[in-house]
Amino acid sequence: MTPFLSVEGLSKRFDRTVAVDDVTLSLTRGEMLALLGPSGSGKTTMLRLLAGFETPDAGRIRVEAEDVTRVEPVHRRFGMVFQHYALFPHLDAGENVGFGLESLGVRGAELADRVARALALVDLAGIERRRVDQLSGGQQQRVALARALAPEPRVLLLDEPLSNLDPTLRERTRREIRDLIRRVGITTVLVTHEQDEAFDLGDRVAVLRSGRLEQVGTPDELYAAPANRFVAGFVGRSSMIPVAVLGPTEWGTRVAVEGAEWEIERPPGHPVMLPGPAVLLSRPEALRLGEDDQAIMGTVIARRFTGPSSFFTVRTASGATLEVVAPPTAVRTGERVGILPSRRAAGGLHLFPAEDE
Amino acid sequence: MTRRGAGGLAVGLLLAVLLWLVLYPLVLVLAEGVYGPEGWTLEHVRQFVGRPTEMRALWGSLWISVASVALAALLGIPLAFLLGRYDLPGGRALGGLVALPAVLPPLVGVVAFLFLYGEAGFVSLLLMRLLRLEEPPWRLEGAGAILLVHAYSMYVYFYLLVRAALVSLDGSQLEAAASLGAGRWRTLRRVVLPHLKPALAGAALLTFMTALGSFSAPYVFGGGFRVMPTQIVATRLNGENQLAMVETASLTALALLALLLFRSRSGGPGSAGGRKGAGPARIVIRRPLARLVAGVVGWGLTLLLLLPHLTLVLVSFVPVGTWTTEPLPPAYTVSNYVALVQDPVRVRPLVNSIWLATVATIAAVAIALAAALLNARRTSGPRRAIEALLALPWAVPGTVFAIALATAFSVREPLAGRFILVGTLWILPLAYLVRNLPITSRAITSGVRALDPSLDEAAASLGAGRRRTLVRVTMPLLRPALLAGASLAFVTAFGDFVTSIMLYTYDTRPISLEILSSLRQADVGVAAAYGVVLMLVSAAVFVVGSGGPGRGGNAG
Repeated sequence: MTPFLSVEGLSKRFDRTVAVDDVTLSLTRGEMLALLGPSGSGKTTMLRLLAGFETPDAGRIRVEAEDVTRVEPVHRRFGMVFQHYALFPHLDAGENVGFGLESLGVRGAELADRVARALALVDLAGIERRRVDQLSGGQQQRVALARALAPEPRVLLLDEPLSNLDPTLRERTRREIRDLIRRVGITTVLVTHEQDEAFDLGDRVAVLRSGRLEQVGTPDELYAAPANRFVAGFVGRSSMIPVAVLGPTEWGTRVAVEGAEWEIERPPGHPVMLPGPAVLLSRPEALRLGEDDQAIMGTVIARRFTGPSSFFTVRTASGATLEVVAPPTAVRTGERVGILPSRRAAGGLHLFPAEDE
Repeated sequence: MTRRGAGGLAVGLLLAVLLWLVLYPLVLVLAEGVYGPEGWTLEHVRQFVGRPTEMRALWGSLWISVASVALAALLGIPLAFLLGRYDLPGGRALGGLVALPAVLPPLVGVVAFLFLYGEAGFVSLLLMRLLRLEEPPWRLEGAGAILLVHAYSMYVYFYLLVRAALVSLDGSQLEAAASLGAGRWRTLRRVVLPHLKPALAGAALLTFMTALGSFSAPYVFGGGFRVMPTQIVATRLNGENQLAMVETASLTALALLALLLFRSRSGGPGSAGGRKGAGPARIVIRRPLARLVAGVVGWGLTLLLLLPHLTLVLVSFVPVGTWTTEPLPPAYTVSNYVALVQDPVRVRPLVNSIWLATVATIAAVAIALAAALLNARRTSGPRRAIEALLALPWAVPGTVFAIALATAFSVREPLAGRFILVGTLWILPLAYLVRNLPITSRAITSGVRALDPSLDEAAASLGAGRRRTLVRVTMPLLRPALLAGASLAFVTAFGDFVTSIMLYTYDTRPISLEILSSLRQADVGVAAAYGVVLMLVSAAVFVVGSGGPGRGGNAG
């Protein structure tokens, strides 16, 4: 499919720090992309470049065939929901929502009608005359969303849309935002540092680190086939343990780990790893507790209870810690246990070169 | 023209205007002290250094200012603690009343003092009657009288700044100190005082600069005791213009030196680290006797501080020539106020002060707003120069600026940027404008800085251009700051005495000069009525500027 919004080789530096480093991305019409990364990864700068508040040092931003790289934000027709909403405090909810429509010359009855429709869209029908400081945080956010959507922008940009909300509100709001954007069908880029948010809202997720794009893919792809140790560690729960690669097997790699020998599946397309030191990254569900001559022995040092199952942290003889998921009553803290690869470990164990950061 | 080009042009234009109005006159004064009709000369500097009267005036200025700081602190700090930390009966009302002198023009305070503590004032007459004295018990004259007026009008700086700092103290810090076993004194010394340091330094500087430039009190009460501002005026009256220029330069140097000294010492962390918790709860005095004493002290002190103003109101109802030796005036009338509105000669100063102050206010707000908007998002050499020029008049005593403007604009040399404005309608608004720039721009700049930059971006992303963003978003949000800046500018200009006395003409005589001439004609009732009008208008404008009575800054 031809991309609707595309970014090619985008770079931006502030003084000596590179905020965005040669990023190339594209979105199809109606797609939701989540920019995920730790603080300082350049995701907010990316969003501000897209909005036009910053000018890139290199690269292009295109909407369909139009190059918008140097188009002023005023003329770009990208809607934005700010992290702290940036609602105009001296205007009421309706005037806030109508602000962008007035820029388009919409007046009178049509203005009132479209404001009402935008507010109804976010489930806030009839609050036109309310002062924005009298609205709850969740309502303010929905007004900000209605304000951004009312002028029917080409692209919607969301800056940490849930960070200002009460944790108990987040999950519900997340669902509401997702459903709303699906319904409107607008191409959306959102920034977040919470992987739950990125997985839940993004059709695809772009993982950024130090301004560089580490990997783009669907949440499943990122989880099952992380491109490198950073993505693997940043996306999903995982633990790491140093291993020695012994050599390839028919469908995987044989490694020595804490005196045991395990066979790790090699994802299709991955190069065969040469013998030598490496790092094994494991998802908690890819390991199981069990006694066996190939088990790694260790001591349970912590348990995190989550209801149907618990996460046990186990310290091995070498001092590494591994997280294993098991029934809550399987073992107690302080007990000696053995750890084995789970029978359905496929996709949960990844080998990375030792020097790969 | 590109947007950046237009911005650059605006910065250049503003810088040029400020250089011309603020810096240029000062430079001319400095130059004319050493350059006369006969060329370069150090004769006047030699005269200045040689004459004992000059050195005495300079020394007088210095020690009076230092002593004023000490006295104002002595009065203002305990008041701030009493009203800021303790829960007194009627504490809220007290808090507001005690801050009242902040909005009163200095001359009004001086006149009120005269009516109360002067030789023919209430207190003096009362004592003569009680003690059967033939002569007034004292003469309100000299350094002592000046200091009394200064302490009385300048304690407000210490009171307001220290009280604000006390309120901003994080209450949990006090609780933390208590839970760590620190007693009341140790908490005061180790927690409260360090927190107050910036406020104390700020108040001391403010008081020092105000005292150094103070003119009304030394002019009215000084008698033979001269400080530099009154000395300058006397020298001008003697026709020794170039000597006056040297005096002006010396006073400016003293002011700038003080500013530098304070700046280099008052650095420090202050209340860094931000504040999360709520302000400390006020201490409730439980023992009934202690509560009574604290209440009486609080109200008594407030009454004492407000007595001059009450006196002014009382005197404004006294008919001409009826009050001579009685402790209280025997007759009352509203005719003084009627005269203010009906007699064309009396109306004139009122009208003058209103339009002069209005023009100066509009111009000051316009310049301050332009500077604040231009400097909001970007810094550069010229932009920093604009900021410095806007702040400069604060450090320069009013007398100095009056002389500087009188010098710069009494010659017609269009090529040198000099025009004859002295003796015209425009010199006073210009002088007020220059004097008002620092406070007005401080109020407006802080308003602009407080604006959330993402509001501008939100407007842009919603398709609003620069003009629409300015009209629909920026200006409405700046309204409180603009009002505050405008009201400060108006109140200062409306009550100005120090620059007016050197630059006014009969046609532009403002209220302050009319008060003085009424006093000279022994028309005390009318003088007091003018004073009351000045007081009421100032207070009303100030209340409007601080967001109306409901949201007033001193409501607590």
